[in-house]
Amino acid sequence: MLFFTAILTGNFVLARFLGICPFLGVSKKIETAVGMSLAVICVMAIATAATYPVNLLLVRNGLAYLQTVVFILMIAALVQLVEIILKRFIPALHRSLGIYLPLITTNCAVLGVVLLNAQRAQSSASYGFGHFMVNSIGAGAGFLLAMVIFASVRQRLEQNDIPAFLQGLPATLIAAALVSLSFLGFGGVVERMFQ
Amino acid sequence: MNNATEKERLLPELTKGFLKENPVLRLVLGTCPTLAVSTTITGALGMGAAVTLVLLCSNAIVSALRRAIPDKVRIPAYITIIATLVTAVQMLVKAFVPAVDATLGIYLPLITVNCIILGRADGYANRHSVSASVLDALGMGAGFTAAIFSIATIREVIGAGRFAGLTLFPSAFAPLIFLLPPGGFFVYGILIAVANKLARRKRKPTGQDSHCAACGVCAGCQKGVEAI
Repeated sequence: MLFFTAILTGNFVLARFLGICPFLGVSKKIETAVGMSLAVICVMAIATAATYPVNLLLVRNGLAYLQTVVFILMIAALVQLVEIILKRFIPALHRSLGIYLPLITTNCAVLGVVLLNAQRAQSSASYGFGHFMVNSIGAGAGFLLAMVIFASVRQRLEQNDIPAFLQGLPATLIAAALVSLSFLGFGGVVERMFQ
Repeated sequence: MNNATEKERLLPELTKGFLKENPVLRLVLGTCPTLAVSTTITGALGMGAAVTLVLLCSNAIVSALRRAIPDKVRIPAYITIIATLVTAVQMLVKAFVPAVDATLGIYLPLITVNCIILGRADGYANRHSVSASVLDALGMGAGFTAAIFSIATIREVIGAGRFAGLTLFPSAFAPLIFLLPPGGFFVYGILIAVANKLARRKRKPTGQDSHCAACGVCAGCQKGVEAI
């Protein structure tokens, strides 16, 4: 349930507006969109796993207000670490994902999911480590889904004749509005599925 | 070193943020908060004020420290400065205007990764004087606030029939879609088209497809975009 909500109704890009920059920036081709999304999923999962114990430590010591500073530094360090490890051990994967990795540090979807998890940990005790991992991977999968759908829409869009003043970004954003509209429809589907 | 030329030189730094280099509509930076908190005018103004405050402080600090920070670690250094400032602003907002804190929610701490702030730190403040950076921050902040305010005005008036909480017409006549995510994308797209049209009269459009490339963080990012 949590997984599907994170993918469809709570889609990070189209419902929560997190990670719009890469969504608009690297969605020109399906292959690059997939590569970027896979890198995002990896970093999201690792970041969630790494920040969970740190967050517990911060909250226990009454330092919860340091969350933003600590998390962003951890994410930046993790991205570097992932890059180094990939380069050393899986150079093939590094070649295909490498260029997206520096982009991810400032992707607000990653910091967003970590902060949302931390907030939820504070508000209800019933959420545990497993919930957070499912939520993060679902959020990443939702990002992948949105990117792939939008990249295919954009490839179609480029073959069409668009009025000059709408060319480029405006047309892209209006296309995003329509894709987002279709995701809105999923809301009802998911609700019915689990009730 | 007379005053008149000094003023002439600095004035454009302040005014360029409004239309010519409007961060939201021309440089296409900081899109996430622009879309997310522009459902109400109050939220948009709160966001604009918070971003302007953080931008002002970060530009001033980065510019003052521009000779002290080694080039290689400048991005982590900037991120630390910005994250600290954001935390301070977050605590201030929580203490004095809890209603705004509730509206902005997660997007308040996410100012940390707002491209406008890092972009201005790396793209402007680290090679200009403190006074020029402060003016640049004020102009960019005002431009951001103006853009997010206009998007919020369109969305709230059409989508809810209200203007900053005042009812203009019953919401039963209002198409709710403007408050939902698709409406946000749509209004934003139309406004960029209008800004392009206005700017095209004078000079060639900029900012097309340069979202990520325009953001200064992305020294590495730019390489990435080019490689793609």
